[in-house]
Amino acid sequence: MPETPRRQWRRSAVVLLPLLLAAACGGGDEEETGGGAGQATKVVKIGVIAPLSGDLTATGTGIRNSVDLAIRQANEKNKVPGWRIELAAEDDAAKPDVGAQAAAKLSSDAAVVGVVGTYNSSVALQVAPVLDRANVVQISPANTNDTLTRGQNPGSPTRPYKNYFRTATLDSLQGGFAADYASNDLKSKNVAIIHDKKAYGQGLADSFRARFEKNGGKVVATETINPGDKDFAAVLSKIKPLNPDLIFYGGEYPEASLISNQAKGPQAMRVPLMGGDGIVDATYAKTAGAAANGDYGTSVGAPPESLDSAKQFISDYKAAGFRDSYSAYGALAYDAANAIINTLPTALGSATAVDDSVRRKVVEGVGKVDFGGASGKVAFDNFGDTVTKSLTMYKVEAAEFKPVKTGEFKA
Amino acid sequence: MRQFVQQLVNGTVLGATYGLIALGYTMVYGIIQLINFAHGEIFMVGAFGGLTVYRYWLPEAWADNVWVALPAVLVVAIAVSVGTAVLMERLAYRPLRNAPRLAPLITAIGVSIFLQEAVRLFYPDGKRQQPFPQLISSGTFDVAGVTVAWVSVFVVVVAVALMVALQVFVKTTRTGKAMRATSQDPESAKLMGIDVDRVIVITFVLGAALAAVAGVMQGMRFAQIDFRIGFLSGLKAFTAAVLGGIGNLTGAVLGGFLLGIVEAMATQYVPHGSSWKDVWAFVVLIAVLVIRPGGLLGERVAVRA
Repeated sequence: MPETPRRQWRRSAVVLLPLLLAAACGGGDEEETGGGAGQATKVVKIGVIAPLSGDLTATGTGIRNSVDLAIRQANEKNKVPGWRIELAAEDDAAKPDVGAQAAAKLSSDAAVVGVVGTYNSSVALQVAPVLDRANVVQISPANTNDTLTRGQNPGSPTRPYKNYFRTATLDSLQGGFAADYASNDLKSKNVAIIHDKKAYGQGLADSFRARFEKNGGKVVATETINPGDKDFAAVLSKIKPLNPDLIFYGGEYPEASLISNQAKGPQAMRVPLMGGDGIVDATYAKTAGAAANGDYGTSVGAPPESLDSAKQFISDYKAAGFRDSYSAYGALAYDAANAIINTLPTALGSATAVDDSVRRKVVEGVGKVDFGGASGKVAFDNFGDTVTKSLTMYKVEAAEFKPVKTGEFKA
Repeated sequence: MRQFVQQLVNGTVLGATYGLIALGYTMVYGIIQLINFAHGEIFMVGAFGGLTVYRYWLPEAWADNVWVALPAVLVVAIAVSVGTAVLMERLAYRPLRNAPRLAPLITAIGVSIFLQEAVRLFYPDGKRQQPFPQLISSGTFDVAGVTVAWVSVFVVVVAVALMVALQVFVKTTRTGKAMRATSQDPESAKLMGIDVDRVIVITFVLGAALAAVAGVMQGMRFAQIDFRIGFLSGLKAFTAAVLGGIGNLTGAVLGGFLLGIVEAMATQYVPHGSSWKDVWAFVVLIAVLVIRPGGLLGERVAVRA
């Protein structure tokens, strides 16, 4: 049948329509907001790179909103006279390559002076070098992988990126803290380790193992899984006969909640699961269901609810009317944003636009900040790591993470 | 030995879901030679349909009664999946029935993205994982040291029953005969008075209903669903369909169980098996295709003019 032009057009429309719709929807997450204060016309931007879609949305949105809050407050109080600060939030979908593109986009925007993010250490490993080349300061509220500030060789640490700072503490401290809790408080002797092979998960699992074995415990099995898997019956069946009294999981809550649920449900294993800050999220307790009760997770910093310094942040966050929770890293992200904002009056000086020298001054300034933030003292050591090294062990009770012990890890 | 049987159980349960979804791929391919990449999303929207009825429509007094809640969840899940599949066939595939083979394939990918994004954006809080009700107790029982969950028994029994029912339907009913005729030669089938359009719609409906049941079963087993579950499950089920011989119903079921069992066994017996299980699944696929290019039970498909 010869095709009339009209029919051809209809066909191509049918093919294109879903694709166009998908493309239109895909871009919907990006938001550029910021306070609307004063008559200031000169614009300086602070970027956020965090997962705003996919499994880790809950955490990423909390980071973005907390930075947004810091920016709104700075604009209202006119902290940087003559300048309006804007938020430039980019979604990294928890993927390193997407994060690298976001970093390239932000660093090519001349108005961007700094970036808060990323959530994933694996993403930061791709983002930090891009921002470093452009002299854009990066402060992560959540990266815990040691190599980001210490380089590949733990014996002789060297700082790989001069622009990279973090308000979160290291995996080596977090894993060690978890191992001490397992040995001393839970009296665990045999642990099965599962991790997801990502920079964060593997790093955490390795530091847990090192300390746990030093404490005299035994690691009966080490298994790896793929992020995105749903069915863990086979791997749990494999470790069950080894009778571990604790499962330590290096990874994040989407897989951890499934593992916890399947271990206690279909596999009938009566052992708690312990993880790092990657599983301490309300979504974990919600999706793992009753199985999550009795599970443990460490997180960086002291619980915001217990700190006087964080009370103001929490009430301000609630007053700002964000739809999502500030999540585990809200206070740390808020402090990271303020660390950048605090350097701006000096760094911008009499400049009329953001240029390379301003960016360099911000990097230099962040290295010297010292103020009391929502999560505690905000200051960085020579590697760019936070000087506040407190960690908290949480336990799931009635589908909520409740803090059970706060302290510092001593090697 | 006990571990072997335990992993056989795990693999069978996993394979039952793969098999159910694979049937949808293989039926549609058998009739119109289309690899319907959006089929995984039909599975996903079914699970979301089941969740919706449980969360928003069921009166609380009935939500805990498995004899009311489970049929309600299944019926609505099937209705949502079937409705989506029929619309998809009518709006996206039928206008391209005589177009070059690539056009409907690309359309299928587009439909898949469209459905994922639609659930992510428009389902309440759809971008997060949603807790799914565990309608059947998560309790277990032991047989000679092998732990089996009740929900696993339910999954396998229902899956096998549906697979048998589908075989009987296709082999014995008039509509089944029409489906087989259309699959062999749509032109001649049309000349014999078979309404080919109707047969194609029925094929999509059957595949969607099976996928919806698989979606609800997966939700109950894992106690959670999210908008992306269709992608990986769809990919695995498609692999199962190819492994068994695409276009062949028994092959899809066999491929599903084989794939599930290979994954479980690889986890147990290969070092680092758990993260390499997908690799082994594809090694088996390639090995089978090298020896039998049409798949395990695949017949030589006549090349259409």
